[in-house]
Amino acid sequence: MINSSLRELSAALSAKKVSAVELATLFLDRIDRLNPGLNAFIALDREKTLAQASAADARLAASAGGPLSGIPLAHKDIFCTQGWRTSCGSKMLENFVAPYDAHVVEKLAAAGMVTLGKLNMDEFAMGSSNETSHFGPVRNPWDVSRVPGGSSGGSAATIAARLAPAATGTDTGGSIRQPAALCGLTGLKPTYGAVSRYGMIAFASSLDQAGPMAKSAEDCALLLTAMAGFDPRDSTSLERPTEDYTRDLEQPLAGLRIGLPGEFFGEGMDDDVRTAVEAALTEYRKLGATTVEVALPNSGLSVPAYYVIAPAEASSNLSRFDGVRYGYRAPEYNDLTEMYSRSRAQGFGAEVKRRILIGTYVLSHGYYDAYYLKAQKIRRLIAADFVEAFRSCDVIMGPTSPSVAFAFGAKSADPVQMYLSDIYTISTNLAGLPGMSLPCGFGANDMPVGLQIIGNWFGEAKMLNVAHQYQKATDWHTRMPETMK
Amino acid sequence: MSWEVVIGIETHVQLRTQSKIFSGSSIAFGAEPNVQANAVDIALPGVLPVLNRKAVVCAIKFGLAVGATIAPRSVFARKNYFYPDLPKGYQISQFEIPVVAGGGLAINVPQGDFLRGVSNAGAAAVEKFIHLTRAHLEEDAGKSLHEDFHGRTGIDLNRAGTPLLEIVTEPDMRSSAEAVAYARALHSLVQWIGICDGNMQEGSFRCDANVSVRRPGQPLGTRREIKNLNSFRFMQQAIDFEVQWQINEITEGRAIRQATVLFDPDTGETRAMRSKEDAHDYRYFPDPDLLPLEIKPDWIAEVKSGMPELPQAMQARFQSEYGLSAYDAGMLVSQRETASFFQAAVGLTGASLAKPVANWMQGELSARLNREELDIADSPVAATQLAGLITRIADNTISNNIAKKVFEALWNGEGGTADEIIEKQGLKQITDSGAIEALVDEVLAANQKSVDEFRAGKEKAFNALVGQAMKATRGKANPQQVTDLLKKKLGV
Repeated sequence: MINSSLRELSAALSAKKVSAVELATLFLDRIDRLNPGLNAFIALDREKTLAQASAADARLAASAGGPLSGIPLAHKDIFCTQGWRTSCGSKMLENFVAPYDAHVVEKLAAAGMVTLGKLNMDEFAMGSSNETSHFGPVRNPWDVSRVPGGSSGGSAATIAARLAPAATGTDTGGSIRQPAALCGLTGLKPTYGAVSRYGMIAFASSLDQAGPMAKSAEDCALLLTAMAGFDPRDSTSLERPTEDYTRDLEQPLAGLRIGLPGEFFGEGMDDDVRTAVEAALTEYRKLGATTVEVALPNSGLSVPAYYVIAPAEASSNLSRFDGVRYGYRAPEYNDLTEMYSRSRAQGFGAEVKRRILIGTYVLSHGYYDAYYLKAQKIRRLIAADFVEAFRSCDVIMGPTSPSVAFAFGAKSADPVQMYLSDIYTISTNLAGLPGMSLPCGFGANDMPVGLQIIGNWFGEAKMLNVAHQYQKATDWHTRMPETMK
Repeated sequence: MSWEVVIGIETHVQLRTQSKIFSGSSIAFGAEPNVQANAVDIALPGVLPVLNRKAVVCAIKFGLAVGATIAPRSVFARKNYFYPDLPKGYQISQFEIPVVAGGGLAINVPQGDFLRGVSNAGAAAVEKFIHLTRAHLEEDAGKSLHEDFHGRTGIDLNRAGTPLLEIVTEPDMRSSAEAVAYARALHSLVQWIGICDGNMQEGSFRCDANVSVRRPGQPLGTRREIKNLNSFRFMQQAIDFEVQWQINEITEGRAIRQATVLFDPDTGETRAMRSKEDAHDYRYFPDPDLLPLEIKPDWIAEVKSGMPELPQAMQARFQSEYGLSAYDAGMLVSQRETASFFQAAVGLTGASLAKPVANWMQGELSARLNREELDIADSPVAATQLAGLITRIADNTISNNIAKKVFEALWNGEGGTADEIIEKQGLKQITDSGAIEALVDEVLAANQKSVDEFRAGKEKAFNALVGQAMKATRGKANPQQVTDLLKKKLGV
């Protein structure tokens, strides 16, 4: 059951082979047993979960459920969930219980999904290894001495360890795709604006997107269909007709043109990653696809541009955490300025403070043009590169991450090394494009390798089709760590 | 050597929408603290702003009213600073590209001693055009309450997110009188076009004045900004004090330092709140949560079609249609209610009586309203009643003096129409020449002394005789007829 796809779980629930309560209990029991070694869940409430499961069972009994009814999932702790502690991985919100549901949470609950708990993450989604969480790092189920990636590391570890069949994640510079790659699962970042950001705690508003994480592309397609859609509460949400993202899953790949940017296959990628990615491309050619070289000449500027824009927005977005209305307030202070400075100095971790400082600096008078405006120009150039590349291909492929999961502490002392973990994923966020990662083999020390697919704007259905056809021909996505059985 | 005063004004106009500019909370005044603050207003994690299109409509109306350019694409920006009544740690405003740019307002600047409501002061007003730099949309902050919390500060976020239009002038004003005239004209205009309730006590219309002084022909002096002037009287006092203070400083050899100052109505003085050195770096940048505001020509056209006739156009029309002076017409369009009153009255009297209607409105009616601190919209004498009264003066049914009595009676609700009061109180003018002749004879017989004095060359005695005749009829005799007959009988 723990390895079943969402469709199999749905069929079992409909056929009354298992109840939603039994399914939730199965996963809750696994969480009780395995989570202490992984630290993926940071909020659990068995009573609440089972109450939701009972409600789902009632709907199923009345044959009122949809394809996701009664299926459990867990939410990254960046999503506000009414009645649950919503911490965003920070001491700042350690005691914050959200009074409302995020749009994504609302939609998945409306689809009948059952919340198992809240998932650990890098503090305010700032990190690529889950080492910045106030609640301690998440461990990679494939090797607990290694990082799961980040910032959606709790979501990735949870699915890899089969503590939940699905999870939500968010991706600002690679935070869904990189941990999916490092933990051997499938994750998708939609086109900017496809999924409402309402209720998702903002890191960098112009880059943040919520997306699904699961074992397979097919599961992601089902989840995305339930998550996406226009929301009038988010002004950047796109008013488009709702889509069934599963509609093209079974399309054959004959004639598919895969663009391979030279910039994604140069120096910086580890050999084991290269071997696995190239093997995947060989598999695609067998499925009838052709590969073409494309150029993304400005992609080398994506990391520096990102580390201007994202911290700039974050420095402003995180201003509301001031200790005045909710969240952490320093126990002692003599005046207002001290209340602010102490609450924020004590409530935020080092990486968050670093980015607030960078962001404050680049927006400051006299620096704005040189940093923020210049970065915005680069951003437009990067998007233009993609427009050009998509003239000659249907999807773009490359590695998700330059290396497999690394050991704890390997990069945490050097922020620039850490930031380079996202070198292949960041440009899609800057361009607002959809991207996904799927397992394509194992590299050094038997750690999973992720293949990245980048789609055209609103090309999610095509991307999922491309991923699903590969997963029908291979079994990487069905593997799970032996120690988690 | 003389000094030139240079003033620019920034006004925060609270827009008359139902809900806040980026959330659905009500903006009604006077609610219990924090009951009109929802998740967006208190800036819970994860909430997002959604622009209220009604606020944009207000901005478009204003842009049209002042002949400004309405930006086809303007941008909301974040102004970042920390303050407890600013929940997000930034204010959403417009910075580089405001929704309204340029345009301006014509103002009438009273010269010398000027008494409000006196119709003949017209000659003493000079027209001037004040250029606007821009007007932009933004949200208001909440309120910090420093009383009643025993050394702590209370925060009320009801006002947080209230829609404001900040209207900025060029430094075009040269005296406190011009500044006040501008503020009054703007105050009247924003109410005229229905975008603001104009309530200054409740903070719906707040002015900041940037004041500097210089020798004529010299470059602009360093300015100090007087914040939050919420009455015209305070504005005048504050600017006058500030100007004198700056002149004294410079005269005594001290340089003016750029600063923000507050006016204390109790002492009549301005005092510095913070200097430029403490100025924040607001780190403005486009708000990534909001798309650029696009205003297409058809939206502007739609708003334009629903706009009332503007005061300046109406003033010109009153001059050409009714032959009124620019001053009279200007007074009549000082408030939309005043203009409506005038139009309603003239609609009944006909255009030929427009001038007496204007005179009555600016004379008797205005004086009485002022004395009782009433707005014209609440006048006990309605436009129809005043029109009836003026018609009776014109057709000689009553004299001007009797008309004042009738007006008083109408004001006190002693009758529904002027005719009713004239009838009931027997105020109809005596015009029967036989009756007047008999009256004149009686007066001449009973006042031989005055007659003798008049014959001896004392002109005033004639007036005494007219007065006696009027008195005998309690003012009802037609004064012209009395005068004519007296003259005839005395052989003048």
